[in-house]
Amino acid sequence: MLDRAGLSAKEETTRRVPFRGAGFVPASSRFGGWIALALVIAIWQAAGSAKLVNPLFLPPPSAIVRAIYELAMSGALWQHLSASLLRIGVGWLLGTAAGVVVGFAIGLSRLARSVGITFISALFPIPKIALLPLLILWLGIGEEPKIATIALGVFFSTAISVYSGVDAVPRNLIRMAQSFNVPFATIVRKVVWPGALPAILAGFRITASVALLLVVSAEMIGAQYGIGAFVLQAGNLMQTDQLLAGVVILSVFGLAVGKVIGWLEVKLLHWR
Amino acid sequence: MDLIANHISHHFGDLAVLDDVSFTVSAGEVVAIVGPSGCGKSTLLSILGGLLQPTSGASELRGAPPADSLNPLTFVFQDFALLPWATVEENVEFPLLHTQLSAARRRGLVDDALRRTGLTDFRQTYPKQLSGGMRQRVGISRALAVKPAILLMDEPLSALDSQTRELLMEDFVGLLADGGMGAVYVTHNLEEAARLADRIVVLSRRPGRIREVVTVPMTRAERGEAAAREKLLALQNQIWSLIRNEAIDAEREVQHA
Repeated sequence: MLDRAGLSAKEETTRRVPFRGAGFVPASSRFGGWIALALVIAIWQAAGSAKLVNPLFLPPPSAIVRAIYELAMSGALWQHLSASLLRIGVGWLLGTAAGVVVGFAIGLSRLARSVGITFISALFPIPKIALLPLLILWLGIGEEPKIATIALGVFFSTAISVYSGVDAVPRNLIRMAQSFNVPFATIVRKVVWPGALPAILAGFRITASVALLLVVSAEMIGAQYGIGAFVLQAGNLMQTDQLLAGVVILSVFGLAVGKVIGWLEVKLLHWR
Repeated sequence: MDLIANHISHHFGDLAVLDDVSFTVSAGEVVAIVGPSGCGKSTLLSILGGLLQPTSGASELRGAPPADSLNPLTFVFQDFALLPWATVEENVEFPLLHTQLSAARRRGLVDDALRRTGLTDFRQTYPKQLSGGMRQRVGISRALAVKPAILLMDEPLSALDSQTRELLMEDFVGLLADGGMGAVYVTHNLEEAARLADRIVVLSRRPGRIREVVTVPMTRAERGEAAAREKLLALQNQIWSLIRNEAIDAEREVQHA
C-alpha cells in the first residue's frame, strides 16, 4: 500500500520548495562603501566644474583639497590641529582615567553605587558645553576650561560604560573564582577587568566622538587656535572652501581614532 | 576529610527552598543528590561549598584535608565557567595564581591535570575553539589542578549531548575509582546517579527535604559489568517511583508560574 502510494506520488510532476530564508543577514562588501563615496565625490566635482552649483555655497572637492594643501604649506594646519589635539588628548585622558576609576567603584562597591549612580543620573543629561562659561569663570580663559569641558563630557560616558561593563561580567565567572578562594584584587584584575573590557572599549568609541564634538564647540566659543575656531572664522569670512577643509580634517581625525580603537579591539579582544 | 550537611534550611525571601537537610559525605565517598526540578539541589550544593549562606544550619568539615590539597572543596560547574579570554592552560592555572607555589610547581600541577583529562595537546587553545565536552574537560582539569578532597559537581553533564555525556561519565568513573577523592554529584539524571554514586540522597519537592537515602548495592567497578545493568535499572526505577509524582507537580508548578 505504501509502495503504491509512493509510486503514484513519483508519477506526478514535482515542484521545488521555494526558498524563504533570504534577507536579515546584513553583510557589506569590502569596497562597496568606498566606491559609493568615490561616486558621490565625482558627481559633486562634476557639478562644481560644470558650474551647476555656486562654489560659494558648495565648493567642489578639488577646492577643498587645495585649501587643505595651502593650510598645510602655510603651517596654519598644524597650528590649529596641534591646539585641538592637545585639548582633546589631555581632556580625554583625564576624563577617561576618572571615569574608569569611578565606573569600577560603582560596579564593585554598594556604597559607591548608591551615591555614584544618583549623581551620574542627575549630571549626565546636562550638555557639558553649557558649563563652559562657568568653567571659564572658575578656571580662567586659558586652556583649562576647554580641557575641563572635554574631560567632563568624557567622564560621564566612560563611567557609565565601565560600570555597565562590570555589571555585564558573567556572575558565574566571579563565583568560580570565589570557589577557588581567589582574592578580591585578583578577581578584579583577572576576571572583572577583562570581562568588562569589551564594554569599556565600546565606550571609548563614544567618548572619542564626544571629545571631538566638545573641542569644536569649546573652540568656537572661546579660542584663537584650533579646528573649531578655524571653522568658525572661515564661516564668518564666507570662505567655504576653508570651512569644509576644517570639516574634512575633523572627519579624518574621527576616522583615525575609530581605526585606533578598532585596532585595540582586535589586539585586546582577540578571544571573542 | 568528611563533609557534613548539618540541618541546612534556606529561604529566598518568603520562598522556602530547603528544609532541615542533613547528611554526611565521608572521605572518598560519592554522594548523588537527585530530586524534582526546583527542589533546591543546586542551592544545597552552593551552601555545601560555601558559596551561599544558609538561612539556618551549616556546612561543616570534619578531619583534615589531604596535605597537598590546595582547595579541599572544589566545584565543577554546569556551564563550565571558563574564562573566555584565557587559553586552556591559563584557565587551569587560574586557581593556582594566588597561591604561594613556585612557577615550576604550578606548571607541574597544570601539566598533570591536563594529562589526566587528555588536554595536553590543547593547552594553547581558547574555550570558544573547543566543543562542549572539551570545555567541561577543562573545567575538570582546573578542579583537579588544586588537588581537591571533595568535588562538588553541579549537573556537570547536563549541557552536553548524550555521546559526550557517556564519554565524560567514563572519565568521572576513572577519576573517582581509587577513592582518593570524594564527590557530591547533583543531577536530575538517575542513570548518572546510579552509575557514579555510592549513596543517592533523594530530595522532595520544594522545600527540599530528604525523602530517602538510597545506598547503591555494588561497587563502582562492578557497575561496568553486564550483570549489574538490571540491578541498576531496578534502582533507577525505585528512585523514579519516589520522585515521579512530585516531578509532575513541580513541572506543572513551573508552567503555571
